[in-house]
Amino acid sequence: MSLWFSLLLDQPHTMPGLNTFPGSDDITRLTLPNGIVVLARPNFNSLSVVVSGYFPAGSLFDSDERLGLADFTAQALMRGTQQRSFQQLYDALESAGASLGIQGGTHSAGFAGQALAEDLGLLLSLLSETLRQPAFPQDQVERLRARLLTGLAIRAQNTADMSAMVLDQLLYPGHPYSRPEDGYPETIQAITQADLQAFHVRHYGPRGLVLSVVGAVEPQQVVDLVNQALGDWQNPAQPALPVLPPVQPLIEGVRRHVEIPGKMQTDIVMGVPGPARKTPEFLAASLGNSILGQFGMYGRIGQVVREQAGLAYYAASSLSGGPGPGPWFVSAGVEPGKVEQALELIRAEIGRFVSQPVTEEELADNQANYIGRLPLSLESNLGVAAALLNLERYDLGLDYYRLYPSLVSAITREAILEAARRYLDPLRLAVATAGSSAQDAD
Amino acid sequence: MDASITRLYLPNGLLVLLKEIHTSPIISQWIWYRVGSRNETPGNTGVSHWVEHMLFKGTAQYPAGASDRLLSREGGVWNAFTYLDWTAFFESLPADKIDLALRLEADRMANSLFDPQEVESERTVVIAERQGDENEPLFRLGEAVQEAAFRVHAYHHEIIGSLADLQSMTRSDLYRHYQNYYTPANAVLALAGDFETAALLERIRALYEPLPSHAPQGSAPPREPEQTEERRVTVEGPGETVYMQLAYHAPAASQEDFFACTVLDSLLTGPSSLNMFGGGISNKTSRLYRRLVEGELAVSVSGGLGATIDPYLYMIDLTVHPQSTPEACLQAIDEEVARLQDSPPAAAELERAVKQAKALFAYGSESISNQAFWMGFAEMFATYDWFTTYLERLQAVTPADVQRAAQRMLRPSNRTSGVYLPTGEAPDEGD
Repeated sequence: MSLWFSLLLDQPHTMPGLNTFPGSDDITRLTLPNGIVVLARPNFNSLSVVVSGYFPAGSLFDSDERLGLADFTAQALMRGTQQRSFQQLYDALESAGASLGIQGGTHSAGFAGQALAEDLGLLLSLLSETLRQPAFPQDQVERLRARLLTGLAIRAQNTADMSAMVLDQLLYPGHPYSRPEDGYPETIQAITQADLQAFHVRHYGPRGLVLSVVGAVEPQQVVDLVNQALGDWQNPAQPALPVLPPVQPLIEGVRRHVEIPGKMQTDIVMGVPGPARKTPEFLAASLGNSILGQFGMYGRIGQVVREQAGLAYYAASSLSGGPGPGPWFVSAGVEPGKVEQALELIRAEIGRFVSQPVTEEELADNQANYIGRLPLSLESNLGVAAALLNLERYDLGLDYYRLYPSLVSAITREAILEAARRYLDPLRLAVATAGSSAQDAD
Repeated sequence: MDASITRLYLPNGLLVLLKEIHTSPIISQWIWYRVGSRNETPGNTGVSHWVEHMLFKGTAQYPAGASDRLLSREGGVWNAFTYLDWTAFFESLPADKIDLALRLEADRMANSLFDPQEVESERTVVIAERQGDENEPLFRLGEAVQEAAFRVHAYHHEIIGSLADLQSMTRSDLYRHYQNYYTPANAVLALAGDFETAALLERIRALYEPLPSHAPQGSAPPREPEQTEERRVTVEGPGETVYMQLAYHAPAASQEDFFACTVLDSLLTGPSSLNMFGGGISNKTSRLYRRLVEGELAVSVSGGLGATIDPYLYMIDLTVHPQSTPEACLQAIDEEVARLQDSPPAAAELERAVKQAKALFAYGSESISNQAFWMGFAEMFATYDWFTTYLERLQAVTPADVQRAAQRMLRPSNRTSGVYLPTGEAPDEGD
């Protein structure tokens, strides 16, 4: 048996302090002189290390004509750099058993990578190379374009994707949130290599970049390696994020259907613009959402739509809660002939949710769930890395996870009802469906 | 066998595996039953998966919904999986709450109600699950390929079952299946996490030893005769995208050349992960990615070899490039395969595959749930040794072994090739 394998199987026993949640005494947080924020927490129970982060170069910067440019740029970074071809880049990564991916989002683009701890230097230097010196080789840009266009063709056939896209159009008219960050076929076709280069030159830089490193590496070594890889990066031209226009609440119910021929199941999404993560009522809304459509087998919605009526394999509610007012919605997949029945059941549950407080038992169950599940979500390096980014993105403070049980316990039934009423109204919902109409499906 | 694992049989035949891990205050419990779509016959296809659903629908002690609530309350997660050869249920939760999971799992092994009303309501839920699958071109293609690849063996049908069987099966069909297969002698209980083995074992004995046990009835599925000619299937449906799937009959997990085929898969389509939870590695430098995707014949390629009791399939999946054709992809794959059949790969390529497998194990070992998963998973088609010696056996594979595996497995006469051809009906974009 190899040494490596005995190491894996003979787990070391508990080390002091490692059973506690991340907090100010074991998270290293440092701002480099160029503005990059580094977060690190060691975990010597693992053999690996995770690097993840985000930077403000999302689709908010895209014009309508070039929608998808931010995402195209982010994905093209790994297609070759000034030092390495696409194949050389991936050869370095894959030969080490490491992974790295970069993707666009709405407010920011993000990256995530994983490697054996001894390869952290390699991972960070490849990250730096792709972020700072991408080459956007023309042949690779065309290959990526073909993949993106195929992705959009698949999206057009996907009932869940299309209903979600139409929900955004209904909820956010004239607002950046109405636009899919991966663009449309015509906008992806319109993007040139020069567009990618220009977007990179203008929007990529150290300001606003947050990076979290969790695994079997000492924090000081992490800081040194990050400094070495990214410490001398400068881009004075980096613009500030555009200010989001306000979102108007719906004044009446709206509904739209996307016809996709040949589908056995219709996807339903119904919702409203929800609270941003930083709004004071967010945690109350989140607990309420859990009661409405998450807890156990999809909460109250699952109980009615799946367990009692047997209408759907999945029927759940979600609260986006990002940097802006992302949607609060219920989704379900049902037979085309059962769409109206499912909509009525869901609408009635939302009606009940805004007209009377949740029960004491429901609140206690969900509070216990929120508090009890924390250790599981913080078990892996990836989970902790994501948790650290969350602290930074929403200014939660380094001790947030330690204070979390008391924050959750402080939420009352009245606070949930108030948050529910502020956002949800069963008569003013946007309803999007995608699939084959009942008569066509026969 | 690794010393840190406890592995023993209770007198009633239940196999128990325990692994103490004290890095996080969590325990993950898995129970595995040796039953899956492999044990089904025409008329009751999908029964194993439906029975799995019914185990969430209550016992006298924990009525439908009660166990869900209790477990969620404690911050636990639970779920279940039905596969070709097995059905598995797991709970991961804070270590001090493990007794709840122990009680729930022991109780539902023997006392699930299969209430007729719940059976009917779950019938439509499972049909809805199948309809959701049918929305996906790749599901429809995979189902057609699997049906063509197996003519005799029960691996012929999809795990979820045929719509006709889902419509016609009765409560007694389900209950009979449950009573036959859900018995200690047909199960493996695996726990990993923050516990003391002696105390946990005592509790397991108290819960499981009183349960009645029997050897399940049922014979092994008939052996699939060797395939002697290439089979081709075409599925038509909506969309614009052409997909292709190649399925080669492959060795069972316990057969010696399984490991050579694993390395072959890694070289051709990138390393496959054995992790249920944990990271993966991209496949951009694999031979088929370079040939097909870099060559603009496909926009993506992936492959995988299932670890199964009986010989199953090595699958290669492609999304065909809009400017290319399935024929061009197939020709390129055959040329790449011929290259491996004609000359053994370089030793460095094999070393790389082993390093990637090591990294994947390291990622998977971060999660206690994943470590518990590994223990029972290996027992479904081999023993836990299969898992602990996995890397050694990969390391022992030689370039000549890989060449021989390519010669044996990747013959056109051993494969079914399937193509999804879109009929080109465009959706209305909703504006």
